Amino acid sequence: MNALSLHKKLEENAGLLIFGILLVSAIGGLVQVLPTIFQDTLSTPTENTRMYDAVELTGRDIYIREGCSTCHSQQVRPLIAEVERYGQYSRSDEFVYDRPFLWGSKRTGPDLHRIGGKYSDAWHRIHLIDPRRVVKDSIMPGYPWLVNRPASGAGDIQAKMKVLQGLGHPYTDEQIAAAPAQLAGLQEMDALIRYLQMLGTNRPTGNDPDAHAH
Amino acid sequence: MEQAVTSAMTTSNTHLRDDSYLDDIVSRLVQFSVFWAIVGMGAGVYIAAQLVWPALNFDTAWLSFGRLRPLHTNGVIFGFGVTALMATAFYTVQRTCHVKLFAPRLAWIVAYGWQLLIVLGGLSLLAGWTSSKEYAELEWPFDIAITLLWVGFGIVFFGTIAKRKIKPIYISNWFYGGLIIVIAMLHIFNNLAIPVTLDKSYSLYAGAQDAVVQWWYGHNAVGFLLTGGFLGMLYYFLPKQAERPIWSYRLSIISFWAFTYLYIWAGPHHLHYNAIPEWVQSLGMVMSVILLAPSWATMINGVMTVSGAWQKLKTDPAMKFTVLALAFYGLATFEGSMMAVRSVNVVSHFTDWTVGHVHSGALGWNAMITYGAFYFLVPRLVNRPLYSTRLANAHFWLALAGTMLYIMAMWAAGVSQGLLWLSMDEIGELQYGFVDIMASMTSYYGLRFIAGFIFLVGAVMMAYNFYMTMRSTEAVRVRPPQVDPAYQA
Repeated sequence: MNALSLHKKLEENAGLLIFGILLVSAIGGLVQVLPTIFQDTLSTPTENTRMYDAVELTGRDIYIREGCSTCHSQQVRPLIAEVERYGQYSRSDEFVYDRPFLWGSKRTGPDLHRIGGKYSDAWHRIHLIDPRRVVKDSIMPGYPWLVNRPASGAGDIQAKMKVLQGLGHPYTDEQIAAAPAQLAGLQEMDALIRYLQMLGTNRPTGNDPDAHAH
Repeated sequence: MEQAVTSAMTTSNTHLRDDSYLDDIVSRLVQFSVFWAIVGMGAGVYIAAQLVWPALNFDTAWLSFGRLRPLHTNGVIFGFGVTALMATAFYTVQRTCHVKLFAPRLAWIVAYGWQLLIVLGGLSLLAGWTSSKEYAELEWPFDIAITLLWVGFGIVFFGTIAKRKIKPIYISNWFYGGLIIVIAMLHIFNNLAIPVTLDKSYSLYAGAQDAVVQWWYGHNAVGFLLTGGFLGMLYYFLPKQAERPIWSYRLSIISFWAFTYLYIWAGPHHLHYNAIPEWVQSLGMVMSVILLAPSWATMINGVMTVSGAWQKLKTDPAMKFTVLALAFYGLATFEGSMMAVRSVNVVSHFTDWTVGHVHSGALGWNAMITYGAFYFLVPRLVNRPLYSTRLANAHFWLALAGTMLYIMAMWAAGVSQGLLWLSMDEIGELQYGFVDIMASMTSYYGLRFIAGFIFLVGAVMMAYNFYMTMRSTEAVRVRPPQVDPAYQA
């Protein structure tokens, strides 16, 4: 029986066809994706890994809600020009607590992985409310509504932290209990700025090249 | 809409007793698909304008770019694209199996359920409910609804194949079958998450692992939905329009299995130089380049099928769209394989070149092949000539002009972004600031806005043409022909 007459069987049997498609399309995922999911070094925290506190987590979820990742990447590639422009290149152990990952696929605006500490809180506040007041040519939308909303309204922080605790993030029960008090009195804007200011700052700076050109 | 459901149900009830093809559902899905094309492309044109005139964000949450961009992509992919795939899959599976659609009631539920999903899903995106994973933004309640509707789609489709009267399963059905099976697998695994509230969940995967799973999904949504699904369309409608059989059935078999095996590996080329293992990137790159072989085999098979019927291009606007789609399919698959090479990707990644590449596929291939199939289908569904061939020809030229202008504007923008970001002077300092490079994009973004607008005008003309052709008629009843005894099941 040659290959084509074997194939004739497949062509005339819907069950075999379905099975064949499943089998053939699954191989790539099994060989390439599955081992990555079980590679411990990609999911084990190191000294470069920092867990988001209640305010930062809230800020991160606001970043997600407003679709910031459609225009800003969080991934500095190991290229001289990128390290020069943004700072140290990104490493996998920095993202162990990122659910979901926010590396992005497009830089309409600059990369933000090393944005933490580069600008003052006041600058971020003005920039987020009206970007063109501080960057004349900016095409970024303004986000003035973030000022009017309490940070505690952006989701149920304790429920969020419990889910993440269940997924292996080492939040203590005390931290979860204290979370609402940390958000009290803050606006969504404050939480987002707190998140931006901690982004990428936990990396040891031992061999950091001059990363201030921006 | 409720009225439409009731009338659709009654027609399908009387329809249950005869053996003629269920084509009312095809007409309805074609109309929905055209509607979503205009909504989705309209959103695209609007966000293109926002990149030229940021004031168009109006300091309003639901009108801001970050929320409208997923509305655009979901509207065109899942509204326009998937509805078109359902319409053509239901039409072609009946014709190629010589039998009426299996489980008509379920088919109607899937058809209308999908439209409801797009409406509510779209509103949820405007409200800021998003997982942020590209092309999988919808939150978990919608992910569950998609899974259920998709299973229904599969039951109708494979049920029809199971009760077919003709023994061989035609090649277009393999591609539609591949679409249904593989998208189900990708959708389920990529969207695994723990819900927090109705509008929020956390992905089961984190960081680098989440990235690998997401682009396994993301790239194969392009692969098995935007490529494979639409190849199902090509393999039915191109031979019909050319009135010639597929040039090489054997080549179509080989390219089907090569395509199904290879595509799934290509995802990590979206993560070159990102913080994932290097072997995963390299494997993704190699497989992406090999993928060019089945892609071009399919293109060549298509072109050779048209060979000998080129004169039809003078008179048949449907075929013009289909053949042009084939050309853009060749262009986009070649470009994609090249952009997956790490040394090219280092320039193209994160730039508008990627956006241009996506649109040479989305406008040039997906939209054109759908237009070709619809211009063929609509007159046949109502058994009337197309209202205006001149209007259809004008649409063709607008679609081509819009696509070309779009791609060229984004090539210019993307290549300059990529090179300027990387350029350093002789003492190792960056030559250009980010903001200066961004500001130099304005004219390209302006051209892209015009290009998208031209393409949208063409789609509106098509909608008008179909409205005039289909109004105050119903789908005609067509009964399956006698099966050639040689192929009897």
